[in-house]
Amino acid sequence: MGWLPEPIEQLLEVALVGELTVIGRDGRPITHPLIPLYDGDKIYLHSSTLFSKKLEHIKRDARVSLALTDPVAMKGNTDRATIQGTARVIEDDPHSDWERLILDLWRQKEPAINDFLKARVALPLFFERAVIEITPERALYWADGKTDRAPVETVAPGQEAA
Amino acid sequence: MTTATKMRSGSIPAHDAAPADLEKLASYPHVIVSWVDDAGYPTSVATTAEVDATAGRVVLAPPAGMPIPTDRDINVMGSHIRPQEGIGYDQRRYVQLWGRSDGTAFSPSRAWGWDENEVPFFEYSERSVPQSRRYLAQLSEEKGRTIRPKLSPFWLALRTTRLPFLSATAVPVLLGIAVAASHGAFTWWTALLTLIGGSFAHLAINVSNDIFDTLSGADDANTTPTQFSGGSRVAVYDLVSIRGLTQLSVALFGAAALIGLLLVAVTGSLTLLWIGIAGIVVGVAYTAPPLKLVYRGLGEFAVAIGFGPIMLLGAYVVQTGRLAVEPFVLSLVPGILIALILFVNEIPDRRSDAEAGKRTLPVRFSPPTIQTAYLVAAIVAFAVIAVGAVAGILPWPTLIALAAAPIALRVHRGIKVNYDSPYTLMAVMGTNVNLNLVVGGLLLLAYVATIVVTALI
Repeated sequence: MGWLPEPIEQLLEVALVGELTVIGRDGRPITHPLIPLYDGDKIYLHSSTLFSKKLEHIKRDARVSLALTDPVAMKGNTDRATIQGTARVIEDDPHSDWERLILDLWRQKEPAINDFLKARVALPLFFERAVIEITPERALYWADGKTDRAPVETVAPGQEAA
Repeated sequence: MTTATKMRSGSIPAHDAAPADLEKLASYPHVIVSWVDDAGYPTSVATTAEVDATAGRVVLAPPAGMPIPTDRDINVMGSHIRPQEGIGYDQRRYVQLWGRSDGTAFSPSRAWGWDENEVPFFEYSERSVPQSRRYLAQLSEEKGRTIRPKLSPFWLALRTTRLPFLSATAVPVLLGIAVAASHGAFTWWTALLTLIGGSFAHLAINVSNDIFDTLSGADDANTTPTQFSGGSRVAVYDLVSIRGLTQLSVALFGAAALIGLLLVAVTGSLTLLWIGIAGIVVGVAYTAPPLKLVYRGLGEFAVAIGFGPIMLLGAYVVQTGRLAVEPFVLSLVPGILIALILFVNEIPDRRSDAEAGKRTLPVRFSPPTIQTAYLVAAIVAFAVIAVGAVAGILPWPTLIALAAAPIALRVHRGIKVNYDSPYTLMAVMGTNVNLNLVVGGLLLLAYVATIVVTALI
C-alpha cells in the first residue's frame, strides 16, 4: 500500500478538487483544478479529451504536483498538502478504460456523474477520457493549512537519496 | 484588451494579463503559488495575496521554508467550487496568472481561466471539440491504430438520424390518412408504408443536412448547439465520417424512393409520383448545392412545403388516388407550424450560421422582426383552421385545435425573453415542438370524431 502520511490520505479521501500542476511546453507551470481520487497507493485524476492539453504536457514531462488547499472543497478540513510525483497517462481506450479504472471512485465523490452517464449521448466527447495515474514521491504537509510555518516533508521509501 | 497567443488550454485562450484578471484573483480567499523547483518538479503552496489590480502587482504572503523563486516564471491561481452534498459540486471558476516575482511582489504577464457563469460548461465543451480531435488524431498516430470516439449503436443511430424529430413527419402523414379515411378511403398497409416512407425521407434529409452543414463549416462554427439546434454533430465529433453519413443518406433516400415507387405502382397514381419527386427535390435542395435553400433564407418555405402539402397531400393521394381542397387547406397548418420549429431553432444558431454564410431568416432580420414574424405565422396557422371550419372546408370539430393557441403565445413570449440565451431558449424550442404535436393531435382527434360520428349516423 501507499506511504503517504495519514493526514494527507484523509485530505485525498475527501477532496472534491485538487490543483494539478504540470510543466508546459515552455517550461512554465500550468495548474488545473481536478477531482482527485485515491486508492490507498496511487492518486488518480482524469480528463476528457476535450480538455486534453494537460495530458499532452504530462506525456512530454511526467513530473507533476498535486496541491490540496481549499477547506471548502475538503469538507472543512483545514490541513493542506502538496504531493509531487510522476504521472502516467492511461489512454489505450479513452472510451472505456476510465470506467474500469476509476468510475467507482469517481461516483463516491461525485454521485451526479451517474446522471451524466445516462445522458452520454448528449455529451459523447466528455466521456472519452484518459486517466492520470500519479505515483507519489514527495509530500509536503501543513497542519491547519498554516503555510507561514515550514511544511512537514515526507519522501517515498527509496527516494530519500534523491 | 487581450490577445490570444500560443499558450492555450482547450478553447479558452490565454491572454495578456489585464486588471480584470487581477480583480478576479482578488476575489478568492487564498491563492495557490506554483513553480518548477530545482529538482525539475512542479511544486505548489497556498498563501494569501494582496492584489493591486491597477498597478498590476500582487503581494504574496511569503510561505515559510519555501521561498518563492525570482529567477523563473511562477503561476498564481485562485480556484473555487461549491460542494453539493450527495451530488458533487458546482460554481466552478478559476483564474491563473503567470509572471515573475521580484521577491516582494508578483507581476503577472499572462492569464487564463474559466468561470462557468461566463462560459457555460456545454459551450466550453463545444469550443474544445477541435482539441479533442487533435488529441485523438495524435493518439492514433502514437498507437498505430485509429482511435475515435464511440457511442453505442442505438444511441449513435438515434443521434445521427435525429430520430425524435420524426414527430414532424408523423403529424402531416397521419392527418393526410385521417382526411382520406373521413372521405371513406383507408387501406391500413399502404397507410403504414406511407408513414415508413415519409420517415425514411425525413431521416435522409436530416442526415444530408448534417453533411452539408459540416462541409460548409456551419456546424463546426456553432459552439452553442442544443438538443433542438446545431445538427446531430456526429461528424463534428468524428463519431461518423462524412463518407459514412453520405452512405446512410443515400440508403435512406433510396429506401424512401423505393417505398414511394411501390405506392405509385399500387395506386397507379401519377400525381403521387410527382408529389414524391417534388418531395425529394425539395429535401435535397434544402441544403445541397446549387440551390441550398436554407442558406438563402428559404429553408422555412422548403420545410413548409415539404412537411405541409407534400407529406399530407401525398398521404391523402396514396389512399384516394386524387387531390382535393380539404387536405390541401389542412396541410397549411402543419406546414406552417413545422416551419416555425425550424424558424425558432435557427435563432441560437444565427451567429455561427452567419459565419458559415448560411443566411437564415434570423441571420437576415432583427430580433423584433423575427419575434413578430413568429406571431404572425402562428396566427395564420390558427386562422386557417378557423376560416377552413367556418367555410365548411374542414369539419367543425377541427376548431378544437384552436385550444392550443396559448402555447404559441407562450413560445412568442419565450423567444422575446430568451433570444440571446441558447440554453434558456431550449425550453422554448421544446414548447414550440409541442405546439405542432398538440395542434396535430387535436386535429387528428377531430377527424377521428368526424369519422366515428359519420359512421354512427
